[in-house]
Amino acid sequence: MIPAAFEYVRAGSAEEAINLIAEHGDEAKFLAGGHSLVPLMKLRLAQPSVLIDVGRIPDLSYVKDAGDHIAVGALTRHCDVENSPIVMEHAPLLAHATSHVGDPQVRHRGTIGGSLAHADPASDLPATTLALDATYVVQGPNGTREIPAGAFYEGYLTSVLADDEMLTEIRVPKMNGAGWSFQKFNRRAQDWAIVGVAAWRNGSDAGVALVNMASVPVLATSVGSAIASGASIEDAAEQAAIEADPQADLNASVEYRQHLARVLTRRALEEASA
Amino acid sequence: MEISITINGQVVSADVEPRTLLVQFIRDDAGLTGTNIGCDTSSCGACSIHLDGEAAKSCTVLAVQADGGSVTTIEGMASADGTLHPMQQAFMDNHGLQCGYCTPGMVMAATSLLEENPSATEEEIRIGLEGNLCRCTGYHNIVQAVLSCTKS
Repeated sequence: MIPAAFEYVRAGSAEEAINLIAEHGDEAKFLAGGHSLVPLMKLRLAQPSVLIDVGRIPDLSYVKDAGDHIAVGALTRHCDVENSPIVMEHAPLLAHATSHVGDPQVRHRGTIGGSLAHADPASDLPATTLALDATYVVQGPNGTREIPAGAFYEGYLTSVLADDEMLTEIRVPKMNGAGWSFQKFNRRAQDWAIVGVAAWRNGSDAGVALVNMASVPVLATSVGSAIASGASIEDAAEQAAIEADPQADLNASVEYRQHLARVLTRRALEEASA
Repeated sequence: MEISITINGQVVSADVEPRTLLVQFIRDDAGLTGTNIGCDTSSCGACSIHLDGEAAKSCTVLAVQADGGSVTTIEGMASADGTLHPMQQAFMDNHGLQCGYCTPGMVMAATSLLEENPSATEEEIRIGLEGNLCRCTGYHNIVQAVLSCTKS
C-alpha cells in the first residue's frame, strides 16, 4: 500500500515548522516518527497534500528534571522515554506505559509528541499523561501556550491544537513515590488496548485515567473522589465507568468495556496501593 | 527528490517520490529483496531492518525519512566470505524457521533486541519479538535460537 502523493518539506526548527505550516495551510500535516500518520496515509484514511517533516529538529528530543516536574521534548522517541533514568525515577508510570506502546520497532521510531498530538483515545499515552495531570506546551506563530492534558482532547483523533501549532514539550509532575499501575487488556501482543487503565495512588490521593473508553481519554474523577473520601478499592473501582462513554466494536460491547474498566481499575488500584 | 541511503555499507542514491516507502527503496532501488513485505501495516515485522543501528519496520518509514541514514538488511548480516552472522547460524541450528518468510525480519529484530539487552531471558525475548509474527507459529524454536545467542 502506497500513500497518495504529497509534497515533502523538512523543518530545521520549531519556528521553521510553524512558518511552513502557515504557508501550506490546513492540507499540511507534521510528520514526526510517522508511526501513526504513515499507516493512516497508506490506508488512504489521511491524504495530506504536504508533509512537514519535523523529525530532524535536533533540540526537541530530551528529558529534563525541572524541579517539581519532568520536561520531555515532543520528539523524544518512545524507546528513549521508557529507558530514561529521569522518567523511570520520577514518573515510573509513564516509563512503564511507554514500554507498552506498539512493539520495539515502533518504539524506535515513534515519538511521545506524535502519539499525543494524534489524539487516539485507544493509545496508551494520552490516558497516562492525563492520569498524571501533565501539561502540554504548544508553540504557534504568536509564541507558546500551556494546555493541561485534561483540556487537550476534543474528540476522536481531534485536539485543541490549532492548524498552525505544534506540540513541543510535555511536562509531567513528579510522582514523588506514589504507587502506580498500568493495566492494558488486549487479545494479542502489540494490539491497542481494548480497555486500559493508568493509575497512581499516594495515600488518599489517586488519579485514574482510562484508555479506549470514549472518543477521548477519560479521567475517572469519581474513582479519585471515592478514594479521597475513604472508600475501599472495590467500592471506588465500581465508579470507574461513570465518566466514560465507550463505543461497541468488533472486540467488545459497551457493557463489556464498562465491566473491563471496573475490573482493571480495581486491579490497578490494588497494585498502586501495594 | 534525490536521496542517498547507505545500505549494507554501500551508498544507494535515487530520485524518489516522497511517498516511496523505505522497504520499496530497499527492494526496488537497491535491488535487495531479502527484506519481505508482509502485512504492510506495521504489524507483522517481516520488513524489519536496522535503521541507524536499531530495528525498524521499513514498510512504515518513508525513504525520505531515512535520507542520509544507514540501513542494514538481512543481506548485510553475513561476513564477506559467506560466514553467517551468529544469529543466522543459530536460526539454522535450532530449526528456527519453517517457511522462512518471517525469518529476515526475525533475525533483524532479534539482533537489535540482543544489542540492547545481551543477556535477555526467554520471557524478555518473547516480549521483545512481539512485533514479529510467524504464520507457521514456529515461535518455540525461534526463541530457542535467540536464547542461544544471549550472553549468560
